[in-house]
Amino acid sequence: MSPQIEIQIIAVIVAIACALPGVFLVLKKMSMMSDSITHTILLGIVLAFFVVHNLSSPLLIAGAALIGLVTVWITETLRRTRLLSEDASIGVVFPLLFSIAIILITRYAGSVHLDTDSVLLGELAFAPFDRMIIGGVDIGAKAIYTAGILLFINLIAIITFFKELKVATFDPMLAAVLGFSPALLHYGLMTLVSLTTVGAFQAVGSVLVVAFMIGPPVTAYLLTDNLKNMLILSGAIGALNGILGYHVAAVLDVSIAGSIAVVIGLVFLIVFIFAPKRGLISSLFRKKYQKTEFAKATILFHISNYEYDNNSSEINIENIKTNLNWSSEFTKKIIKLLEHEKYLIVQNNMAKLSAEGLEAIIREGERLFK
Amino acid sequence: MNSILTLFHDYTFQTVALGSALLGMISGVLGSFAVLRKQSLLGDGISHSALPGVVMSFILLGSKNTEILLLGALISGLIATLFIISIVKHTRIKFDSALALVMSVFFGFGLVLLTYVQKIPNSNQAGLKRFIFGQASTILQRDIIIMSVCGLILFTLVLLFWKEFKLFTFDPDFAQSLGFSPKKLNILLSFMIVLAIIIGLQTVGVILMSAMLISPAVAARQWTNKLSVMVMLSALFGAISGIVGTSASSLIPKLPTGPSIVVCASTIVAFSILFAPSRGVLHRIYLHRKNRVLYRLKGD
Repeated sequence: MSPQIEIQIIAVIVAIACALPGVFLVLKKMSMMSDSITHTILLGIVLAFFVVHNLSSPLLIAGAALIGLVTVWITETLRRTRLLSEDASIGVVFPLLFSIAIILITRYAGSVHLDTDSVLLGELAFAPFDRMIIGGVDIGAKAIYTAGILLFINLIAIITFFKELKVATFDPMLAAVLGFSPALLHYGLMTLVSLTTVGAFQAVGSVLVVAFMIGPPVTAYLLTDNLKNMLILSGAIGALNGILGYHVAAVLDVSIAGSIAVVIGLVFLIVFIFAPKRGLISSLFRKKYQKTEFAKATILFHISNYEYDNNSSEINIENIKTNLNWSSEFTKKIIKLLEHEKYLIVQNNMAKLSAEGLEAIIREGERLFK
Repeated sequence: MNSILTLFHDYTFQTVALGSALLGMISGVLGSFAVLRKQSLLGDGISHSALPGVVMSFILLGSKNTEILLLGALISGLIATLFIISIVKHTRIKFDSALALVMSVFFGFGLVLLTYVQKIPNSNQAGLKRFIFGQASTILQRDIIIMSVCGLILFTLVLLFWKEFKLFTFDPDFAQSLGFSPKKLNILLSFMIVLAIIIGLQTVGVILMSAMLISPAVAARQWTNKLSVMVMLSALFGAISGIVGTSASSLIPKLPTGPSIVVCASTIVAFSILFAPSRGVLHRIYLHRKNRVLYRLKGD
């Protein structure tokens, strides 16, 4: 297999593996927890290194995954005191753990190659150099297998506990009443996040793990209201981003993980602007539509009240403008719309409700005050 | 004792300690608002988002002049903030997800630019990344001047808009009903927070900057329910962590300055959460005990 194909396979697998637990992070409003974990795993690696004194030991990975859970636990404990909010407790915990890691490295491991850069900034381009050799036969890049195992674990866990996770995500109280332990599910999910982060940072670098975890789910969140669809869409978007990002990087000869992150951002931007129902354009249109509809109803009600109070069947358009404190353009526009819809009869600057207008008022009134 | 005295006469130490203390004060004041508005992670997000701006200004202007790089960082931090604000405003995506997304994408873009710069022959690009990750022990007198000027501007703005910010932080709806524009206030306050983050970024780095924004404010919050007292306490805690952290790192060999400031600030947080009167954990346990005893007495 050529390195190019291998890199793309790794990118796709890592992207899907990250996107799956990321969906739950986004829905549980815990996106920044991924950022926190990506920083604190450094402490796990350092502590594990002091125990085993070997930089290639798998125990380092275990230590890193464990410290991810410890981070979540400390953050939750702080938050549960209710003395500080969720985001502040995240922001207090991870700089501290990260700082402790840096202090330990500078004081006790200065001579070892335990560079913060190598942890924070991985590089996908070097992944194919690390081969998986079984019985003297080269069976592909090691990262394919580690990422594959990661994806497998995430898939199995999420498929098996799909309904439990669903209930616990949207309604933790209901989950507790039904007999699932929300705490157990929460920490189970966080174990997945922690494992995925540790598995992925070697390939893509820790800050970009956040992009892989949060980007595709957030994009999918604008496109669907269904959890299952959101999971599938996130995976698909993640995979697409991985391939696109690789090709962009190949053409421009720049950092692969970085350009995947940029593609993640661009894909999100496109969806953000154009998404049906939840995108920027449709949101602006909806707001404008609601504003016009509200203004129409306001004028109809105003005229009806005016006619009732003053015992006259007509009102001067100038009066409407002053009474409602609107600009004359806006007033004219709305009145024209109402006239066009035959709710109002306008003659020499005097407006009068039509029969349809009266009906519309009753309809609106019933809708609003029922 | 003698070594501490000689230390305080040392010029380098004075500069670094003064810089850290200044930074602690600035971020303490602005951090109070960030924490109260539940946007405390903005520090982490913005400092990562500054990378593409730093590299971009280097590519465009070819200079590694601190002011120019800072300006680039400031601009890309502001763009990131605007993105976050508009995503939150127009979709159902929450602040934290928007922050995580924008921050990581910007950082990724910064890495792309960095790898691009590295290909330019003879370009003196080394140290650009260091700019983001910072080194508190390299604060120069020039940095202190930049900090003082920015700090003065920020403090003046906070004083000028005190009642608006206060109202907006606690009750944006009420602020709007009184005729203040929450949109403009939000942008102004966010921009001020970004400025505070950026001036600290180059001296102390990404991680430390997020801690400096949050920890003093969180600690100050435990001691009072009044915004003015909280802001002042927070500035004080920030300054203390700056000075104590710098002293510790000068006295103990091989103790990096930035992380030791963070550890110091975190210690203040832990102390405040445990021992603060009326809000602290220990006080709560005491109240709980007392109530139980009283309840038992009544039961008899």
